[in-house]
Amino acid sequence: MHIHRLEKIWLMFGFAMLVVFLVVLGIGAYAFGMGTPTSHHHSVDPSKVTETAPFDQPGIRHVEGSVYEANLIAYAFGYNPDKMEVPAGATVRFNVTSTDVVHGFQIPGTIVNFMVVPGEINHVEYTFDEPGEYLVLCNEYCGIGHEYMYTTIVVN
Amino acid sequence: MMKITMNETTPFRKADGSLVIAFLLVAYGALLIGGIAGLLQSLVRAGTITLPFGIGYYQLLTAHGVLMALVFTTYFIIGFLYSAVVRTTGRHLLTGALRLGWVGFGVMTIGTVIATVFILLNQATVLYTFYAPMKASPWFYVALVHVVVGSWICGLGLFLQYGYYRKHHPGKPSPLLTFMAVVTMALWIIATLGVAAAVLIQFIPWSFGWVETINVMVSRTLFWYFGHPLVYFWLLPAYMCWYAIIPKIIGGKLFSDALARLSFLMFLIFSIPVGFHHQLMEPGISPTWKYIQVVLTFMVIIPSLMTAFSLFATFERYGRSRGAKGMFGWWKTLPWKDVRFFAPFMGMLIFIPAGAGGVINASNQLNATVHNTLFITGHFHLTVATSVALTFFGITYWLVPAMTGRVLTPRLNKLGIAQTWVWVAGMTIMSGAMHIVGLMGAPRRTAYTTYGGHADATSWVPYQVAMAVGGTILFVAVVMMTVNIVMLLRAPRGFTEYPVAEEAEAADAERVPAVFERWSVWIAVVVALILFAYTAPMVEMLNTGVPGSPPFRTW
Repeated sequence: MHIHRLEKIWLMFGFAMLVVFLVVLGIGAYAFGMGTPTSHHHSVDPSKVTETAPFDQPGIRHVEGSVYEANLIAYAFGYNPDKMEVPAGATVRFNVTSTDVVHGFQIPGTIVNFMVVPGEINHVEYTFDEPGEYLVLCNEYCGIGHEYMYTTIVVN
Repeated sequence: MMKITMNETTPFRKADGSLVIAFLLVAYGALLIGGIAGLLQSLVRAGTITLPFGIGYYQLLTAHGVLMALVFTTYFIIGFLYSAVVRTTGRHLLTGALRLGWVGFGVMTIGTVIATVFILLNQATVLYTFYAPMKASPWFYVALVHVVVGSWICGLGLFLQYGYYRKHHPGKPSPLLTFMAVVTMALWIIATLGVAAAVLIQFIPWSFGWVETINVMVSRTLFWYFGHPLVYFWLLPAYMCWYAIIPKIIGGKLFSDALARLSFLMFLIFSIPVGFHHQLMEPGISPTWKYIQVVLTFMVIIPSLMTAFSLFATFERYGRSRGAKGMFGWWKTLPWKDVRFFAPFMGMLIFIPAGAGGVINASNQLNATVHNTLFITGHFHLTVATSVALTFFGITYWLVPAMTGRVLTPRLNKLGIAQTWVWVAGMTIMSGAMHIVGLMGAPRRTAYTTYGGHADATSWVPYQVAMAVGGTILFVAVVMMTVNIVMLLRAPRGFTEYPVAEEAEAADAERVPAVFERWSVWIAVVVALILFAYTAPMVEMLNTGVPGSPPFRTW
């Protein structure tokens, strides 16, 4: 099979770019900790979420220093709790699960954006440097009231 | 512009033409109904109308997604693949292939009608991704099985015709378009095995109440195992047109037969074991396996770059053969006033930003910014709804006349060019607004809302209005296309050539490596890669002891 010289050059250049790009992605994910959600696996019986710790007491709690833990339940059509407050500079570890269908958890203006799947607990950590009222919304269709499903985080 | 070359091309047999036309008519019927749903959706999302008669936004969204992304594409593609195989393997379909084509068409259509009825009855408002544990009427899933099984029967017909040709032309490569049709169908069948397994083993027993719970992560993984190759199933027929038909329409030659085949085989291999890049933001799958599939995903960039090279090489060679000078002089020699070239060309052009958007979406951590936002919706409205759809429209302008023994009149050609411009304008406005507002965080798949007047959500509204403007223009383009189809079916009688490009250097045909058609090799490579990419994560999903989910109806 004959490959034109210019095409060989074009493909080698393209392949080299691709390798560089994938290495950058890999370094970002593994060396700088910008990986995808849930590097550790946790599950929960979706029908017993409200009786299972930590979701029996959903809400935000102080862990240590500037670290907070937010345990949230997503359900059709809302989040429990429906309001949270943290000081500016707080690093919040979100643990979220669902009691019914699949939901989303997205904070516009941040990189907090993940799926909430029944039976699974999803985790993301984020540091809120800027004060303000952050919107948390469901970005996966979950039923007729999907567009009413949101909550807020106030960063003081 | 229509050259009659009877020595090279004889008319299609009526029986074969009718099968192709049947597929095309269902496709364009779906485009029209899906277009109405799309128009209403964009108006609701802008906050300009509320729906009458208790019609739900998500019900429309389900109809739009199913009719456009599944019905329009699948029917058009199968019709086109049949026509390509008939044109390049001989003058007519074998009796067996024709029969399988009609049986497949019948089974698919029964499924499509049942699914549409249940969507319209609001019994299946689960969107085209039907994520568990949201439960539609069991008959909706039964209908989906019919669509998939019907398409497999059609695939058997294509393989039968291909096998017959190979048997009677030993030692020779099959015609390029037939080879490409076989790869496209093979990709579809391997991919749909995933969704068929999910529906048959998981959804149907669970929705009828024979089992109580469903494993949600397994169902999502099986869906996305199918969901990514699906986009290449849409794209490959467009590539067939770009590689093997456009050169003929402009009056040039195909750049390289063997390289075109190689790129199709690479798409077959690399488009299937990559579904996790749609699940990057999900729990239950380890980041390492996600990253491995991201790497595999990006391998499809290689055949995409090959395609881009081949297309522009064809254009430039043609231009230079016509005496064009300078680096871009060939640009002026292209037949801009021929809709058969112009519509697919606009598709190719828009594929450049569309493909770049795809690279963003699949980029591991970058995905957190765009995941499930309108950016994604904007992205696939550029890929499927522009690159692929415009190419399909361009094909229609010669395919329908060629199948029905009619001709494309100069007036219809002009209407086609106008339709293309309206489509491009509407999509640029709508998809542009979606990309921008998606980066600002606006979610996809959501009806009009300002989330209690939150400042972020309020700032999205002007873009949603722009989406509605684009959506309205697009609806005009859908109506124009419908009118064009009706006019094509009533065009003056005559002979229209089915354009198939020849290779630049005829000797190259002999240099197509025989291994390209040793299917056992390619299927084995695909299976090995699928097993590598999915076995460990699937075993993990089945063994974590995550309790299954009972059904929910939330609409």
